[in-house]
Amino acid sequence: MEPLALYIHWPFCLAKCPYCDFNSHVRDRIDQARFAAALRRELAWEAARLGRRRLGSIFFGGGTPSLMEPATVAALIDDAVRWFDPVAGMEITLEANPTSVEAERFAGFRAAGVNRVSVGVQSLDPAALGFLGRQHSADQAVAALELARRVFPRVSFDLIYARPGQTEAAWRAELRTALALAADHLSLYQLTIEPGTKFATLAARGEIVLPEGDAAAALYEATAEEAGTFGLAPYEVSNYARPGAESRHNLSYWRYEDYAGIGPGAHGRVTVDGALRATRRHRAPEVWAELVERHGHGTVEETPVVPAEAAREALLMGLRLGEGVDAARFARRTGMALDAALDLAMVEAAVDAGYLVREPGRLAATDAGRLRLDALLAAIVA
Amino acid sequence: MTDTPIENIRNFAIIAHIDHGKSTLADRLIQTTGALSAREMTNQVLDSMDLERERGITIKAQTVRLSYRAKNGQTYELNLMDTPGHVDFAYEVSRSLAACEGSLLVVDASQGVEAQTLANVYQAIEAGHEIVPVLNKVDLPAAEPERVRQQIEDVIGLDASDALMISAKTGLNIEGVLEALVHRLPPPKGDPAAPLKALLVDSWYDPYLGVVILVRVKDGRLKRGQKIRMMSTGAAHLVEQVGVFSPKMIPTEDLGPGEIGFITAAIKTVADCNVGDTLTDDRAPAAEALPGFKPSVPVVWCGLYPVDADDFEKLRDSLGKLRLNDASFHYDPETSAALGFGFRCGFLGLLHLEIIQERLSREFDLDLIATAPSVVYRVHRTNGEVAELHNPADMPDGSVIDHIEEPWIKATIMVPDDYLGAILQLCNDRRGEQVDLTYVGNRAMAVYRLPLNEVVFDFYDRLKSVSRGYASFDYAMDGYAPGELVRISILVNNDPVDALSFIAHRAVAEARGRSICAKLKELIPRQLFKIAIQAAIGGRVIARETLSALSKDVTAKCYGGDISRKRKLLEKQKEGKKRMRQFGKVEIPQSAFLAALKMDA
Repeated sequence: MEPLALYIHWPFCLAKCPYCDFNSHVRDRIDQARFAAALRRELAWEAARLGRRRLGSIFFGGGTPSLMEPATVAALIDDAVRWFDPVAGMEITLEANPTSVEAERFAGFRAAGVNRVSVGVQSLDPAALGFLGRQHSADQAVAALELARRVFPRVSFDLIYARPGQTEAAWRAELRTALALAADHLSLYQLTIEPGTKFATLAARGEIVLPEGDAAAALYEATAEEAGTFGLAPYEVSNYARPGAESRHNLSYWRYEDYAGIGPGAHGRVTVDGALRATRRHRAPEVWAELVERHGHGTVEETPVVPAEAAREALLMGLRLGEGVDAARFARRTGMALDAALDLAMVEAAVDAGYLVREPGRLAATDAGRLRLDALLAAIVA
Repeated sequence: MTDTPIENIRNFAIIAHIDHGKSTLADRLIQTTGALSAREMTNQVLDSMDLERERGITIKAQTVRLSYRAKNGQTYELNLMDTPGHVDFAYEVSRSLAACEGSLLVVDASQGVEAQTLANVYQAIEAGHEIVPVLNKVDLPAAEPERVRQQIEDVIGLDASDALMISAKTGLNIEGVLEALVHRLPPPKGDPAAPLKALLVDSWYDPYLGVVILVRVKDGRLKRGQKIRMMSTGAAHLVEQVGVFSPKMIPTEDLGPGEIGFITAAIKTVADCNVGDTLTDDRAPAAEALPGFKPSVPVVWCGLYPVDADDFEKLRDSLGKLRLNDASFHYDPETSAALGFGFRCGFLGLLHLEIIQERLSREFDLDLIATAPSVVYRVHRTNGEVAELHNPADMPDGSVIDHIEEPWIKATIMVPDDYLGAILQLCNDRRGEQVDLTYVGNRAMAVYRLPLNEVVFDFYDRLKSVSRGYASFDYAMDGYAPGELVRISILVNNDPVDALSFIAHRAVAEARGRSICAKLKELIPRQLFKIAIQAAIGGRVIARETLSALSKDVTAKCYGGDISRKRKLLEKQKEGKKRMRQFGKVEIPQSAFLAALKMDA
C-alpha cells in the first residue's frame, strides 16, 4: 500500500477572507492548549485503528496553521513519527500567512520539523490585497517570502488571479514579479465565487463581475505561458512546479491515495480492514474538541466508498494531473477497471477533439482538456 | 316552454374586440335584470374557464336568459348568446350568430373599431342581424365618441346615429341597452307546428350530466323524452333533460321556436355533437337540415411531446379529457427521433393551439415541447395521387412530387397611418398580395391575401413589433394555391433533428434557415465539443453556424476536503443530462427547443 498522507486542520484565522469557503473561524481568544491536546488525541485514535503504516507526508492546513504555537506543531509531528513509519525525507508542509507575527515563528516551525511552507500571498498588488480582505501588505509578503526561503528548504506560495477588472497584461506583470520571488513551486488559482461567502453576496448583487469564458481561458493560458518561461510546469490544474518539486502531499489527493484528516471539518479517505472509507469530522471547532475529549475522535460521518464512487473520485482527482490516471493503480484502488468507469464513445470523441490522450495503461487530459475538465468529466464518466 | 310569446323573445349576441368591454357589459346586463344575486356575481360570469377569464377571451359559446320588464310594461325574454371572439373559432361564431336575430356592436369609445370587430360584424351582417352600435367607456377622459361613431359609419357602413353611449363599468345607460334590444331587434320567427328543427350551437362535457348541448329551436318543439336525430350523422338519442340558462341550468318541459336552451341525451362525447348540425324529431324528421353546416377541420398542426418521456401516458389521458369537451382539435400518436413519443395535434388556428397547450400545462400539469406549427399542404404526386401533409417530416422525396398546394388566408389589418409602410413591407416580405387599401381618418385598413404558413411563422410578433402594438389583425381562410415549397431540415453535427424541420417557400427558405440556425446558436449553450448547426434543403446546406466549444470550465481548487462534494456535483450533472435531448455528442436543453420553436400568438 502507498504511504499515508496526513492532514491536520487548524480552524482559526485572524479574519475571514471574503472569497474563502474553507472551514475557518475567527475567535477573540483561542485555547491553544485545548486544541493542541484534541488534535494530538484524535491523531492517536486514528493511528491506533490504521495501524503502523508508512507515512508519506504531513500537511498543516487551515484556517491559518501559522497561528499555531510552534510547540503544538512540534508535538504533532513527534506523535506522527511515533505512530507511523515516515518515509525518508518526509515532506512536512505548513500553510502560512505572511504577516509579521507569523513570520516570526518560521524558525520555530522549522525547528519543529516543517520542511516546506506554502505562503498565502494571494497578490502582490496592494489594492487587490485589500479587495481580497488580506491582513498583510505586499511588502510584508515579499519580506515573508524572503525569510521563508532562508529558513525552509522548500517554499511555495499562492496567488489569486482573474480578479474583477484584471487585464491579462496586468496579471502577466504581477505574475512575472511573483515568479522572480518564487523557488520551485507556485499555486495559481483563478478566483472562484464560492456559495456562502461575502463575494457570493456581492456577485449576486452584481457588484463584482469576474472574467468568464474566453477571457478566463486567456488568463489561464497566459498563466501557464509565464510560469513556463520560469521553468514551472502545470503538473495540476492550478499547481506549477519544477520537475521533482511537486507537493508530495497534494499528489496523494490527486492520485487518490489514502489520506487521514485530523481536526475540525477534516475529510479522509482511509483503508480500514482492506476497505476504503470516507471520513469527516465535525466542522465546529468547539463541538469537535468536545467530541474528541469525550470519544477520542470528532468523526461525524464514516461511510464505505463503493467501487463506482471510488472510480468517479479517482477520475475527477486524477485527471487534474498532467500525468493523468494510471489504469493499473486505478483498478487496484477502486476495484473497477478504468474502461468500465468510462463512457468509451465519449472518451473517443474527447480524444478526437484533443482533450484526452490515451496511452497503454494511462488516460490523461491535455492542457485543453484540463481547461474544461468539469465538462469533460461530466461527458466521459460512465 | 315558457309562457313568453314568441313576439316577446329577443336573441342577441355581443360583438366586440378584446378589452372593449363585452364581458363587463354582459355582467352588467345579468346584474341589472336580476338573473344573479349580488352574492353570485363574479366578474365575467360567462367566461367560466380560468383561462377564458384571464385572457379575456371566450372559448365556448354560452348563453343566459334574461327576463326584462320593459318600460312599456311588458316582460321580455332576452337570450344573450356569448360567442367565441377569435378568428380561430370563426365557424363556431357563425353558428352562434345564426342562433340570434341581432347583435350589439360594442366599440371602445377611445380605441375605435379594430380588425377583429370588423370580421365579426360582417359575419353578423351576413347572418341577417339587426345591429345596434354601442359606444362603451364614454366616461373615460380619452373617449372620442363622435369620432368613433363616424368611424363605424365609414368603415362598416352602419348607421350609427342612434349609437348608445354607455359605460358598462359604471352602469351608465344599461337601461338604454335593454330598451334598444326590445325595440330595435326583431323577434324570432318559427312554426311551432312544423317538424322539429333545432340548431346545435355548441356542446360541452359535464362530469355529472354527460354532454350538454346548446340549441336554438327554429321550428317545432324540443321536448323531454323525445327521440331526436342528428341530421349530419343520423344518430338518434333520447332527450333526458331540457332547460334554459339563467345562467344556472333551469329545467323546463320543452323549448319552442325562437328559444335558446340546453338538452342532455346520454351522449358520451362532444365529438358526437357537431356544431352547426340540425336536431330533428326521429319519428317525424324535417325534410331538410338548416343551412350552413360544415364539419370542423384543423388548419394548423404541430407535434406535442412530453418533456419527461414518462409523461406520455399522462399526455394521452389529458388530450382525451380535453377532446371530451373540444371536438375541434385532433390528435394522433407520432414518434420523433429527437423528441421521442408524442402526438400530432390539429387545431382550428394558432390561438386554439396555444389555448390547448396552455390548458395541458395548467390543468394537467404537463411540461410540453411543441414542434413548429405547420399548415396543411396538399401534395400532388407525379402519379396523380393527392395527399394532405401536416407534418414536414412526412414530406415525400422531391422526385415523386408534381406540385404542392398551400392554404391562403385573407387578412385584414388595421393600423395607424404612421406604421402602414412597415406593415405593407411585412406583408410583401411574407409573399402577401394586396387586395385593398383604404383609409378611415388616420387609420389605414389593408386587406391582403397571405399564405397561411407565412403567418404561423412569427407573423404576429413582427406585426406587433413593427406597429408598436397598434396594428390589429384578423383573417379568414381563402382557399389553396400551388407554391414553390421546400422542406428545410435542421442538422446538429450532421444529424437531422426531425422536430425542427419545417416547410417554407423557396424564396424565403435560405433566410429562414439562416435565422433558425442563428437562433439555435444563441439558445444552445456552449459545450465541451464544437457544434455545427446547419439548415439544408434535400442534400444542399443553405445555412451554417458553428458554436465553438466552451472555453473554460474547471474547478480551481480541489483537494482532499473537496472530493465528496465534487463527486456529488458530478453525479448531479450526470442526472441533469438525462433531461437534455442528446444528439450524438450534443445536448440540446428543452429550453432551446421551446424557444426555437416558439411561435407567437
